[in-house]
Amino acid sequence: MLEVKNDVALDSAWNGGKSPFAIGSKKLGMWLFIVSDTLTFSALLIAYSYSRITNPDWPRPFPIYPAIAFSTTMTVVLLASSLTMVMAVMAAQRNDRKKTVMWMVATMIGGLLFTGLHLTEWLNMITKEHFTITGNPEGTPLFGAVFFGITGLHMTHVMIGVIYLGIVAVGYGRGKFSAEDVEVNGLYWHFVDLVWMFVFPLIYLMSVKY
Amino acid sequence: MNTHAHAEEAHAGASVGTNLAIWVGLVGITGLEVFLAYKQLQPSIMLSILVVLSVVKAAMIMSYFMHLKFEKFSLVLWLVPSMIFCICMMFIFFFPEAFRLLQMRPH
Repeated sequence: MLEVKNDVALDSAWNGGKSPFAIGSKKLGMWLFIVSDTLTFSALLIAYSYSRITNPDWPRPFPIYPAIAFSTTMTVVLLASSLTMVMAVMAAQRNDRKKTVMWMVATMIGGLLFTGLHLTEWLNMITKEHFTITGNPEGTPLFGAVFFGITGLHMTHVMIGVIYLGIVAVGYGRGKFSAEDVEVNGLYWHFVDLVWMFVFPLIYLMSVKY
Repeated sequence: MNTHAHAEEAHAGASVGTNLAIWVGLVGITGLEVFLAYKQLQPSIMLSILVVLSVVKAAMIMSYFMHLKFEKFSLVLWLVPSMIFCICMMFIFFFPEAFRLLQMRPH
């Protein structure tokens, strides 16, 4: 077993004394999760691309107004919540607990608003336009599985993110969590935003009804 | 430079103004995407432009909001190329298959 007697031993990379990426283990763990989750969403979007190209009768159920206008609003809301998360991380780095919690609550409101708008859109599609996970009034029934599957997984990530934000906000407000925890939480939230930047154009904008 | 100093440097990040500019840029690109959808472009051209714009938006989010621009470059080298490689491997058969499937479509 290695005896650590001085800083030289601590600084030796071969003895594990140096962090090769100069970040904490929590942040590194979150980055690894993000890479793995990126591959999950990539696989789903690639499967969607295959489904799309094999089905000439792919439905185009989203008119510019109201469907695209609605989903654009959802995108702006999610982007706004990313900005409030950036502000929360910056406040946490200044050790300003009150403002950090305030910005995190603002981020949660953004997440809840996005989820609410998304559920409204889903309900409208299911009840008024008769789109379900197994069938739809026009085109291939695969559309429902792809649309509800991909957007549903993303919405699940948003809801988990809101719960995660709540836990970290309470913990950070009480002094139990550090600024690094807020930053790691921020990484997750921005990732959820990043995924939507691919889902929105590929699922919605490529299926506009003219 | 020791680990602590690296961490301090990594935490420097972008200013509020820069982050705000990035956010405005992201909203602007989203607006451009919606405008392109409104213009009824040919699907293959539309798809190519949308994918490029989405990658640009992803790079902006990762670089500034997720602080990757301010982390050690070794972290970027470790995460990004491996991720791109895996996505490319998933996509490797897409283009030849896509052309074959398009040709098989009933006209």
